[in-house]
Amino acid sequence: MKLVTAVVQPFTLGPVRDALEQLAILGMTITEVKGYGRQKGHTEIYRGAEYDVDLIPKLKIEVVCGDDLADKVFDAVAGAARTGRIGDGKVWVTPVEHVVRVRTGERGEDAV
Amino acid sequence: MINTGDTAWVLASAALVMLMTPGLAFFYGGMVRSKSVLNMLMMNFICLAVVGVLWALFGYSWAFGNDKFGGLVGDGEFAGLANTIGHLVGVASATAPWPGTDALPALSFVMFQLMFAVITPALVSGAIADRAKFWSWTLFVAGWATLCYFPVAHWVFAFDGFTGPDNVGGWIANTLKAEDFAGGTAVHINAGAAGLALAIVLGRRKGWPRERMRPHSLPFVLLGASLLWFGWYGFNAGSALGASDLAGVAFTNTTLATCTAVLGWLLVEQIRDGRPTTLGAASGAVAGLVAITPACGYVAPMGALAIGLIAGALCALAVGLKFRFGFDDSLDVVGVHLVGGLVGTLLIGFFGDNDVNAAALGENGLFYGGGFLQLGRQALAAGAVLLYSFVVATVLGLVIKATLGFRVDEESEATGVDEAEHAETGYDYSALTGGRGPNGMHAAAGDTATRVESSS
Repeated sequence: MKLVTAVVQPFTLGPVRDALEQLAILGMTITEVKGYGRQKGHTEIYRGAEYDVDLIPKLKIEVVCGDDLADKVFDAVAGAARTGRIGDGKVWVTPVEHVVRVRTGERGEDAV
Repeated sequence: MINTGDTAWVLASAALVMLMTPGLAFFYGGMVRSKSVLNMLMMNFICLAVVGVLWALFGYSWAFGNDKFGGLVGDGEFAGLANTIGHLVGVASATAPWPGTDALPALSFVMFQLMFAVITPALVSGAIADRAKFWSWTLFVAGWATLCYFPVAHWVFAFDGFTGPDNVGGWIANTLKAEDFAGGTAVHINAGAAGLALAIVLGRRKGWPRERMRPHSLPFVLLGASLLWFGWYGFNAGSALGASDLAGVAFTNTTLATCTAVLGWLLVEQIRDGRPTTLGAASGAVAGLVAITPACGYVAPMGALAIGLIAGALCALAVGLKFRFGFDDSLDVVGVHLVGGLVGTLLIGFFGDNDVNAAALGENGLFYGGGFLQLGRQALAAGAVLLYSFVVATVLGLVIKATLGFRVDEESEATGVDEAEHAETGYDYSALTGGRGPNGMHAAAGDTATRVESSS
């Protein structure tokens, strides 16, 4: 099993979700996060004083799937989140050792 | 003889001015960071409680009792609100002996003036946002109201023969004859100077000005400014102390100056920063309200338009002074109230027009055929209040700092004054705390959630 993690532009949630549904991926976990990378932040002005806002809002998406689907999920997320502009984010894949579905007790790939 | 219409307006105005203190609390509260919003609200709200008590015990008497020391402070004739129930306030005229034909019940005047005494120390709190100990601040409010506001209100607001047929009032109003309709000196310069003193005594917030300290809720700021604008009609038009032509003039001038001050502030921002901001609009409105406060009963509407525009533009520039001089006046009490108060008080020397107010004791301003006399009087009154307030606030602040301590410790400042001083959180958007209830109980899984039988 694999964990596909993506940190992407918040407004790409819809397209990413649509793309995952095409692959019959039925669940995901999202977290609103802040961070910085190569994308510069923006400047805000309060009573004439400038503030550089470097930490910008991103969306963190986590999907656990079977090994056979991992590449497709990876490509689907990366494709759907892409705008071609700086700040689109990153997607990465990590191995997952054990999974249990809490309600039924199913284990392994049956649980994802 | 009681004038019931006037009495109704003054009582309604008192309630309007009362609302300004919570309004100010939200204006300031929106500007601090979310971790100190409650402390900011509390620093304002406590002024209602503390000053209300002091006012009844001796504050009103010190401000409006018969003069005791050459125009400096009133005596104890109204202490504990003695000689108020069933008593009147008013002015004698050629045809009617004191209290004249348009008298008010004394207690309506007592309550109206109380609300001024409440909001003035509250204004000071913005200078020391994010870092003050609550009880130290409360003690400062009591001390500064006693030593500074009550006497200064006597100087400025106590007119000869108003609270009693032979009562003598304060030196600025009656001897110097400087004009201050609703408190440019007694309220705004007074609070602004005290704010400057406290910002210096307490010192900068940790990380200021390097670290970003953005306003956490600009909607609160604009809501607070709007409540202030609303309440300010009681402050200014109520200061006519009657439902009169003069009240209408003050109401009109208050509106017009605020309009041009918003425009003035936003124009400065557009030219300097390229964007008109919400914080600028809210601040511009307050700057205009501050500047027209002393002038609203002494200038014509076109004068009010000019005063607002000048105040809005100047205050927009003045809020940058703290960065140049390095004092952390966190929410710009100096830039808005001290500078705005000075602008309005001094501009009476230019725009003052005695055709507007038959009862005015001063001379016409420079633009209305007067000489420099009134401008000089205005400057002297402004300077005297500024200096006195600055000295009293500095000494009082240093005494509190040396005894109780005025600032929270560094760790509390970093985690937030709300948690350290009040053990509360302003915003709880997450029900999860990881803690336990009052008796150490915690819900077991399934106690609150409905168990659903597995359907698969």
